Amino acid sequence: MSKHFFGDTTVLLGRSLRHITRSPDTIITTAIMPIAMMLMFVYVFGGAINTGADSYVDYMLPGILLITVASGIAYTAYRLFMDMKGGIFERFQSMPTARSSVLWAHVLTSLVANVISLGVVMGVALLMGFRSAAGVLAWLSVAGILILFTLALTWIAVIPGLSATTVEGASAFSYPLIFLPFLSSAFVPTATMPGPVRAFAEHQPVTSIVNAIRALFTQQPVGTDIWIALAWCVGILVVAYAFAMRTYRRKIS
Amino acid sequence: MTTQQAPAIQVQGLEKSYKELHVLRGVDFDVARGSIFALLGSNGAGKTTVVKILSTLLKADAGTARVNGFDVATQAADVRESISLTGQFAAVDEILSGRENLVLVARLRHLRNPGKIADDLLERFSLTEAGARKVATYSGGMRRRLDIAMSLIGDPPVIFLDEPTTGLDPQARIEVWQAVRELADRGTTVLLTTQYLDEAEHLADRIAILHEGRIIVNGTLAELKQLLPPAKIEYVEKQPTLEDVFLTLVGTKA
Repeated sequence: MSKHFFGDTTVLLGRSLRHITRSPDTIITTAIMPIAMMLMFVYVFGGAINTGADSYVDYMLPGILLITVASGIAYTAYRLFMDMKGGIFERFQSMPTARSSVLWAHVLTSLVANVISLGVVMGVALLMGFRSAAGVLAWLSVAGILILFTLALTWIAVIPGLSATTVEGASAFSYPLIFLPFLSSAFVPTATMPGPVRAFAEHQPVTSIVNAIRALFTQQPVGTDIWIALAWCVGILVVAYAFAMRTYRRKIS
Repeated sequence: MTTQQAPAIQVQGLEKSYKELHVLRGVDFDVARGSIFALLGSNGAGKTTVVKILSTLLKADAGTARVNGFDVATQAADVRESISLTGQFAAVDEILSGRENLVLVARLRHLRNPGKIADDLLERFSLTEAGARKVATYSGGMRRRLDIAMSLIGDPPVIFLDEPTTGLDPQARIEVWQAVRELADRGTTVLLTTQYLDEAEHLADRIAILHEGRIIVNGTLAELKQLLPPAKIEYVEKQPTLEDVFLTLVGTKA
């Protein structure tokens, strides 16, 4: 690792964060879709969905938070793609700068942007009546899971960001990720789904992550869900990181 | 010149293929310190590939290249310390201001007083007034000037300019030419690629033509002209070119 890694990453992080503060619409568009879904599910469909929980907004917020991250990382791919296309990525790579700082700055920016979006969505959920009596430790656990989930998805986003040939291609990968929560326990209990769908829903990452966060919010025992959730997040993170680095090395050799 | 200095750029037997496509088939040339060297070739001749290998963005399949005495394959970090690359598209950050772009590069080159460096360069490239504006509002020529200004930060001894005037209007082109000449006057070595013959003619001390993966000729303009039969004297009415007309009408000082 270059001796300038931390300094250079900080400088480049400052640059990308300026991009966000100067075009806050990226935060707004990231948050608006999950908020719209939340409004629709709570005030339109919610009355007809029997989840067994007292409040539907409490029930579906974990899924909405994951959708927020999935739509937020599309911008990570977009920002990276624009750097590649505009040639500034090559400029940085040809300078006496720690080379991996360019990627890490984008990853950290993704984390910051998603935390802000999550905060906005959380604020709206509170206005809509979301309540949790969870303690500090439970909240920290939720934050930890969401950060890990964001990092895992961010490294997935790095791959199209580096290799896409069009803007649309750079962000299209996020659509399946946004829809994954619909095939999970995020909005309806999986027990109501027909066999094969239920089998898929119960064995995909979103269900365990949603169940773990929901249990933490409602002070229920998290059981094995949290370990399955963490295993999924770490597993996706490691695999995505390895593929992203392979794509990156191909780009610079 | 009696001083025995190693050339700023030495390229020997450089080869590179992209899958089936054999782009470079053994490229050799040297560039003397403080000179402007033009690499001429049609689109797809491999000019950009040469520049990318020299600026450590690509690895060659065979051959060696040294920049400022450092091997591009084994001493990449030293090479990056010695060069600046201005790529085919002005690689500037559109969302930042011109001044912020310069400060960013100065910081990434780990220099002291990034603010002062930025202000000096803004002045030198007549961008002081536009310095605080977002680059997205700049004209093509201003962008290119900023791009070149960013390349000068840290005074690297070797600068690569990959098609620096492609897509620029005639006025902006002349501005860029002036900037390149000033660089060479200060002792910087410039390797410039272009597909415009007049650009090479105006700027370069030496010109090499890259064709089908090899350098087919390499010499001064006078030497290249001697490759053809001696000039005949003909009397031709001197008509103003459209460029002359354009520049006179829009009133540029060049």
